[in-house]
Amino acid sequence: MTRLETAGALIGRTVERVEDAGLLTGRGRYIDDLPVRRDTAHLAILRSPHGHAEIRAIDTTAARALPGVFTVLTGEDVARLTRSMTVGVKANVECWPIARDRVRYVGEPVALVVAENRYVAEDALDLIEVDYAKLAAVVDPEKALAADAQVLHPSLGTNLINERIFRYGDPEAALATAAHRISIRIAYPRNSCTPIETYGVIAEYDPGEDAYDVTANFQGPFSIHAVISRALNVPGNRMRLRTPPDSGGSFGIKQGVFPYVILAAVAARVAGRPVKWIEDRLEHLTASVSATNRVTALEAAVAADGRITALFWDQLEDCGAHLRAPEPATLYRMHGNMTGAYAIENVAIRNRVVLTNKTPTGLNRGFGGPQVYFALERLVHKIAVELGLDRLDVIRRNLVPADAFPYRTATGGLLDSGDYRVALDRALGEGGLEAMRLRRDEARAEGRLYGIGYAAVVEPSVSNMSYITTVLTPEERAKAGPKNGAQAVATIAIDPLGSVTVKVASVPQGQGHRTVLAQVVAERLGLSLEAVRVNAELDTARDAWSIASGNYASRFAAAVAGAAALAADRIRDRLAAIAAAQLNVTADSVDFGAGKLFDRNNPDNAVSFGRVAAASHWAPGTLPDGTGQTIRETVFWTPEQLEAPTATDGINSSLCHGFIFDFCGVEIDRTTGQVRIDRYVTMHDCGRILHPGMVDGQVRGGFAQAVGAALYEEYAYGGDGSFLTGTLADYLIPTVMETPEPLILHHETLSPFTPLGAKGVGEGNCMSTPVCIANAVADALGVEDIQLPLSPSRVSEWLYGEERPPSKPRDPTPAATGASGERMLTGSGSAEVTATRDSVWAMLLDPNTLKAIIPGAHEVRKVSDTHFRAEVTLGIGPVKGRYRADIRLSDMVEPEAVTLSGGTEGALGSGRGTGRVTLTETTTGTRIDYRYEAAIGGKVASVGGRLLDGAARVVIGQFFQALARHAGSASDAIGLKKRLSTLFRRRR
Amino acid sequence: MKPASFDFLCPETLEEALAALAEGGGEARVIAGGQSLVPMLNMRLARPGLLVDIMRLDPLRKIETSGDEIVVGAGVRQAELEAQPDLSQHLPLLAAAFPWLGHVQTRARGTVCGSVAHADPSAELPLALVTLGGTVSLRSRSRRRKVKADDFFIGMMATDLAEDEMIESVHFPKARPGWGCSFREIGRRHGDFAIVACAAIADDDGLRLGIAGVDDRPRVCRLPALDNDQFDDAINDIAWSLNARDDIHASARYRRELVRSLGREALKEASRCRT
Amino acid sequence: MPHLNAAQRHLVHFTLNGRMVRAEVENRMLLSDLLRHEIGLTGTHVGCEHGVCGACTVQIDGKPARACLTLAQQIRGSNIRTVEALVTDPAVLSPLQAAFRHHHGLQCGFCTPGILMSLDALLRERPDAGRKEIREHLSGHLCRCTGYATIIEAALDAAEEQRKEETPNA
Repeated sequence: MTRLETAGALIGRTVERVEDAGLLTGRGRYIDDLPVRRDTAHLAILRSPHGHAEIRAIDTTAARALPGVFTVLTGEDVARLTRSMTVGVKANVECWPIARDRVRYVGEPVALVVAENRYVAEDALDLIEVDYAKLAAVVDPEKALAADAQVLHPSLGTNLINERIFRYGDPEAALATAAHRISIRIAYPRNSCTPIETYGVIAEYDPGEDAYDVTANFQGPFSIHAVISRALNVPGNRMRLRTPPDSGGSFGIKQGVFPYVILAAVAARVAGRPVKWIEDRLEHLTASVSATNRVTALEAAVAADGRITALFWDQLEDCGAHLRAPEPATLYRMHGNMTGAYAIENVAIRNRVVLTNKTPTGLNRGFGGPQVYFALERLVHKIAVELGLDRLDVIRRNLVPADAFPYRTATGGLLDSGDYRVALDRALGEGGLEAMRLRRDEARAEGRLYGIGYAAVVEPSVSNMSYITTVLTPEERAKAGPKNGAQAVATIAIDPLGSVTVKVASVPQGQGHRTVLAQVVAERLGLSLEAVRVNAELDTARDAWSIASGNYASRFAAAVAGAAALAADRIRDRLAAIAAAQLNVTADSVDFGAGKLFDRNNPDNAVSFGRVAAASHWAPGTLPDGTGQTIRETVFWTPEQLEAPTATDGINSSLCHGFIFDFCGVEIDRTTGQVRIDRYVTMHDCGRILHPGMVDGQVRGGFAQAVGAALYEEYAYGGDGSFLTGTLADYLIPTVMETPEPLILHHETLSPFTPLGAKGVGEGNCMSTPVCIANAVADALGVEDIQLPLSPSRVSEWLYGEERPPSKPRDPTPAATGASGERMLTGSGSAEVTATRDSVWAMLLDPNTLKAIIPGAHEVRKVSDTHFRAEVTLGIGPVKGRYRADIRLSDMVEPEAVTLSGGTEGALGSGRGTGRVTLTETTTGTRIDYRYEAAIGGKVASVGGRLLDGAARVVIGQFFQALARHAGSASDAIGLKKRLSTLFRRRR
Repeated sequence: MKPASFDFLCPETLEEALAALAEGGGEARVIAGGQSLVPMLNMRLARPGLLVDIMRLDPLRKIETSGDEIVVGAGVRQAELEAQPDLSQHLPLLAAAFPWLGHVQTRARGTVCGSVAHADPSAELPLALVTLGGTVSLRSRSRRRKVKADDFFIGMMATDLAEDEMIESVHFPKARPGWGCSFREIGRRHGDFAIVACAAIADDDGLRLGIAGVDDRPRVCRLPALDNDQFDDAINDIAWSLNARDDIHASARYRRELVRSLGREALKEASRCRT
Repeated sequence: MPHLNAAQRHLVHFTLNGRMVRAEVENRMLLSDLLRHEIGLTGTHVGCEHGVCGACTVQIDGKPARACLTLAQQIRGSNIRTVEALVTDPAVLSPLQAAFRHHHGLQCGFCTPGILMSLDALLRERPDAGRKEIREHLSGHLCRCTGYATIIEAALDAAEEQRKEETPNA
């Protein structure tokens, strides 16, 4: 396409942001700040404490009866008013925003309470009783495929929801003739670029028109609007979706608010009043959305000089408990650029998507990139190491050459522009690789651990709306009808005073869209920045929008700003024609500047912009023939390069492809395993830079999140599906102390495919930085199997040799996790009592004694001789909760031994355990020995796992100590003696 | 994440507060700075029936020197102790520990005694108190008693405090001439709870090492001199004796290694900087 | 004072941004909710409600503190300052705010009010604060957008500016 001319007065300058004055003075308008109707009620959500369980019954009676509660809904109530959400693959499976007969991840919604405020709504949640029957949880994506694995969705019959095999070129032939075949296997963990503002929804329902009106801090893509409307059973024009003026960050995550749009909408309908829901942080970390974890096996056919001639990808994608729209997009977003920055002709890909008992996945900054590049760039590193080649030589040898652009990749991508080699060499020179090498050599000479890592990455931006259809077979695609493109839209309006408003459907979350659009439009119309106002929120009932609208896939600079420039140029041409008539010159000699339109050849011959601009309102009859109006101009722009997948599965998944080359030096502390980033250099080619300050801001922000992913952040699950990182004290977002400052470099090669020559830039470091750091650590330690995040404890496993044993042998340390993957505790102890063995035996079978010795028991009911039920309050420190306990006796050898097994269930979590008690006669009475094994989970596991272990030990100890006291303690117990005895001083 | 409801009492006298605790039957809890308790209220992990706010009781808001001890009342905020001009002279171990303790914004509200009462096994103030051989003054309506810090901490968030008792003050022994100390900590991020924290004291009596983050309470032990043949075995056996456990942040093995390495470094530094 | 019953709302008086205010609250109401939803000052944001993210930081008697870890009942008689108080003329940014704008020390702006309240307190108490103190104070805040570097630059710049203003002849 023809490049648009830019005058250069504003574009490319780091102007101050128009957004900031309001945000800095507390006048932002985020969703929780918006005024609501006076009768608005508040929604709270009861969530599953289990990773996998059947719901046997839900009793909401007490919750409904609580004063201030308007309504309570279960999954069945929601299902009666909605339809299953659309799933993006052909599979016999439903996808609901709330659990119906079964919960499949910790945090899955189970019931909704609508009440007069959030405090009361949470009170009501505590009153809902759910009877669960636990099922085995599937957490590991590879184990999910085992023949005997528990199946999450019985209708599907398997946990493998989709598999596709692709072949481009002749990879087998390349492999057969290759000098080397080198492979790597990686498991990329779960994490999330979690924003500081959580989800929020305000929903209303109008029964008269059967229409919903919802405001949510949703970020797009607005293809999801169709999913919401269908689920709510209304046409799109009865599902009005609006976004607030400000949003507290998203990074992809707020795409995942949409199931809650459905829930809040239904809740508002049933409650008969507007409903507001602000997600809390525990809900957010546990159950909002996550990036996918992925297991990848990648093999390369490699020539002797390090040239890669074929890649064999085997990707196993874990999308969590449900395949929620737009998944499995994470797996397909990179499909056109699976060869990265390299010219590799032959590619084979096997893509499998598996469901596990984890939070459903969705958009996350870098979307698919971190997973792909971690495998590819670790492999390139390994190729050099194995072949004894310089790593930079291997990278250089494989880069797409500068004269090859636009370059069609093996998998169908069209790399728009770049000069990768020059960008790389500039980065090495300007970034100071030589000095870094000297530091490394110096450090190594002193015996310190220093490594250098590299990563070369292609950063895709502006997604092709059809890339996700690559998951369908060509036949399925033909049947479903063609999909392609990525409509961007911008409107420019001129009011009767001649001032200019720009309206886009871009929904920014802090990226400064309003400033950049003002720059672009003001420059083209010869106005000052302040003269142009921009509105970037979206109202589907009033604004121009399409499925590609929203803020994702780094589409703003390339697509949205481009559409605004096109709209401005259309207005500009018409204004020039009007002015030409007034100035008595030809339109092509009219220029724009300083708020005036003037004759380029005689600048004194001028007319004010406002006067010309307002003419359409005040005197439309005076406009020259054929000019049309200048009141409002809307441009929809979709690039022709975004075609549907070909019959052979070639797909240009993104319009633009920026280039990043990173290198870094890290030092690892031998003693502590801590990884310190000594220096990080990141070179970006993102096409034309519209606002250098914001581009660097995007790079730094992405880099900080990537440092988190590399070293700190992981959504961790226990083997039983329990979620272990439910607070920001466990999910470790880097603070200023953990975030180094990268050196940012730029190399500009304009995109020939976008109106302004710009490409996306926001996601690149999330793709390049984790693997760059991993490569540096691999270089420092000479190890291959790098697993993120590189916590000091994990790194230390490579540093520490055989552990020095204790001078005297010890009991084995209690295991942290059991065979089932639950959080297990084991322990033992004993006590000497004066009572006879028979009387101790009798105590163990007597509900009254049990009531006295079970910690916190209010009531013990005998169901049978060997089965008791108890109501107990357990607590440790301030943490107290009421539980139902079920205790059974078995393996009874009267009066010598008995096994007690039981389970507890309560608001704070659940536990189960077994203890073997043996009674031995002694000269003074009886010795009680016990060993126990206990497993605990539930809410407390998410927010304070370490607390749980301590609590369980204390409670179990309390039980036996109380038994001992009851039976007449003869002496202090041995084993856990000291701790227990001091513990019980408090009960005196 | 909103607290369950509770009654609230802001007593004007200590007696009134103690009466409320005595009559509370385990349902009453003291709230001071609230930096440990309020998160638990918000998560509904804690659901006391009554909160007794002690921050307006002037007698509790004092930092006093009593003989060889600095006595910190239950109403003294962490930042107030941190700002004591002679802190590094009298309590150099605390001065070294404070930068590790949460953040400026939590120290501004959180109290010294509140952290002790909360008894998080990774927390810095309980560690310092135990290592220094300090004591805790407890008070109920009917009695007063002093408990050695080492006996006060019982387990994970479990202390010797009875339901009708509150901490009135904690007593930190002052540094003496010929005394050296050191504080070392490894956490995941700045301000996080310690994976392992070590507090060391060297004086004429020998070496003392306090360790937090490993066992479910802060532990203190004596060690032979660094150049003694027995030292390596001794610190190794201590590392093994603490029942280190795996969690999402670190393995048990890692914690034991840090006890050995940080412990040794801390003791070295403490020995080096003896006055 | 009397025993305040959980079931009722109770009066709380305090000074907010220089004005005496009274509000009727349940015992369990958090200061963050009181400011935002009862009084309507929505500049103080809520990000985690367990004291880690720092978005809700306000000044209580001049010291930065978490509004989400403070019960409304605990601030009776206190002096509370929120981001809304940083400017006297809404059209003119304070030097600290202006430095944030100049250095692009914010993107989405959600964490920013809390950070401003911490840094404002620091610069009032220690006008000579340098990079180390600024980082220390900033470490109690999570920002997900900026990577922090521009925030530090803004704070250093504001500190410098403030020192110049205080010693006009220097």
